[in-house]
Amino acid sequence: MSAKSTISSLIIAGAVSSALASIAMAAPLTKAEEQAAVSAHKVKCYGVALKGQNDCAAGPGTTCQGTSNVDFQGNAWKFVQGGTCESIAVPGGKHGSLKPI
Amino acid sequence: MQLSHLPRQDMRQRQTYADAFSPALIDPDHQTPDVVAGPNGKAAVKRYNVYRNNVTVSLIDSLAAIYPAVQRITGVEFFRAMARFHVRATPPTSPLLFEYGRDFPAFIESYEYAQAMPWLADTARIERAWLDAYHAADAVPLAPERLAAVPPERLADLTFVSHPATQVVRSRYAALTIFSANRGTESTGQIDPTQSEDALITRPENDVEVRHLPEGGAVFLTALLAGQSLGHAAAAALEEVPDFDLGASISGVLAAGAFIAAEFGEES
Amino acid sequence: MTSNNNQNAENVASALRFPNHSIAGQAGTSFKHEHLPAIMADGKPKGFFEVHAENYMGAGGPPHRALEAIRQDNPVSLHGVCMSIGGPQPLDREHLGRFRSLVERYQPALVSEHLAWSTHENTFFNDLLPLPYTNETLSRVCEHIDEVQQAIGRPILLENPSTYVTFRESTMSETDFIRTIARRTGCGLLLDVNNVFVSATNHGFSALDYLSDFPLAKVGEIHLAGHAEQADDEGERLLIDSHDGPVADAVWKLYEIVIQKCGPVPTLIEWDSNIPDWPVLKAEATAAQQILDRYIGFSSLDKSHAA
Repeated sequence: MSAKSTISSLIIAGAVSSALASIAMAAPLTKAEEQAAVSAHKVKCYGVALKGQNDCAAGPGTTCQGTSNVDFQGNAWKFVQGGTCESIAVPGGKHGSLKPI
Repeated sequence: MQLSHLPRQDMRQRQTYADAFSPALIDPDHQTPDVVAGPNGKAAVKRYNVYRNNVTVSLIDSLAAIYPAVQRITGVEFFRAMARFHVRATPPTSPLLFEYGRDFPAFIESYEYAQAMPWLADTARIERAWLDAYHAADAVPLAPERLAAVPPERLADLTFVSHPATQVVRSRYAALTIFSANRGTESTGQIDPTQSEDALITRPENDVEVRHLPEGGAVFLTALLAGQSLGHAAAAALEEVPDFDLGASISGVLAAGAFIAAEFGEES
Repeated sequence: MTSNNNQNAENVASALRFPNHSIAGQAGTSFKHEHLPAIMADGKPKGFFEVHAENYMGAGGPPHRALEAIRQDNPVSLHGVCMSIGGPQPLDREHLGRFRSLVERYQPALVSEHLAWSTHENTFFNDLLPLPYTNETLSRVCEHIDEVQQAIGRPILLENPSTYVTFRESTMSETDFIRTIARRTGCGLLLDVNNVFVSATNHGFSALDYLSDFPLAKVGEIHLAGHAEQADDEGERLLIDSHDGPVADAVWKLYEIVIQKCGPVPTLIEWDSNIPDWPVLKAEATAAQQILDRYIGFSSLDKSHAA
């Protein structure tokens, strides 16, 4: 396998020593990204509500949510309103193209 | 007490109350089972619907809890409609709800109405990896200093034992940027999703951490996670990305706590 | 070269000998992780915490740190919600193994499960589903409880359900069914007073009659919770066991009647949805504690036969 071609152990040793020297400076996400992720999930993450939690509460009673079979084909796009997806450009260059095409 | 007088097979051969009660729970076209009633034998359509609603809505809620960024991106109505299709097609098989939704990213990928959001499935994959890291077994990450004790000429032969929380998610899109912007509540700003991104998910201590992997980093780390030696993993990365920064990647994965041990073992 | 993880794991395990906290006569609340900072800032509040076992069946991570923190200072009640004891099919052995591990790890003051089912064939429905009360289901449920009790090496408390339908094939009352289970298996009972009120309303029987038929001497824990009100096909009142609000006045009244008869049995306020801030939940538990304290040292029932 060509991917397993050897690299001089000198290169590896040099990389490891530079890694050990720089380890304190390693940064994860950019500051802004980290803020966003952190605000919800990193700070004292054991104080955050469990996700996908088992409980024994009954839900919405006799409403029709469990029995409805209405498809939203045809007016699908109205459903994406209220989301942030319009802030994400669609490949091809258009912004906010989550509208009827 | 005595074992049941009725052999278990008896119950399994004929229709049980659970056989009669179950099918309509997640199938809205199915009739209310006639084995149940209200008081004095009166109708039980709405009464039975309480169970239908409990099942469907609680499972949709579980997906919403596991995939909050996906829900924020699509909005609640779209998400719940999409999740309802998935719940009916693929109900959970494990009683542990934090295990549910493993097939949801693939479902999103094939979901007709999500085709305009090709980055959505990978965003979901990062969310699923986040929850797996959250529940993964506890382990103390490998202290970087330990590598300093290895004779330099033997470093290339080292193999690593991965931390149970460690995962890599590769995306053709900017799924990690989209994930991080949508796990918070602040404005996401405009995002260009076309830049491909590789995410490293770890839990070095109590908190799940998500990082960008630099170019070549995913090839390097995936090789190490598969049990290849440091020398071979570095070669694989350099072959794909000629200016791959080996030192930066080594310090990055060590700082992230991706491994718990290094050893001179057989490559797997 | 390998790090000292095995050694660390052993150290952790030996450090986890939790103190014995008595749960007698105490009120408690559902434990919600979002409350942990408030609980910690509250200066070690009294009372016990109940957790749903399944939420701690992951291998590691923050859920276990949170439960360890709570277990250090308070008694814990381990409440299983999906063993499917009331189902016709055999118990899930893997799930039972996980349940046993949790009991061993956290040494809970109380262990309980439901008279209900939630898994059928390979589908987990995530709801507490009802069963008919017949000799056949009675035998099956007793087998399942025997199996659980054998696995964990201690008796469980079995909780009475809230239901919205009855089965045409049922041949005995719920109280007869539950009394026989307790006698045959030696299990104790978890009396959910809100469930009694919800089912009594939904099926048109008297909650007081139910309680007088219920084997109160075997009750080792009481649950209280809020319910929601809706309507059935005929427009009659149908109560939903929603756990999303304060305990109803009528349920508090029934509760005090039960405590008068049973003495101060550990009592849980369940709140699983629309979860309020910690002080609101704590205030509900304080209200239960005040009723319990009125009956300290008081028990008109002979509990010596209880599990």
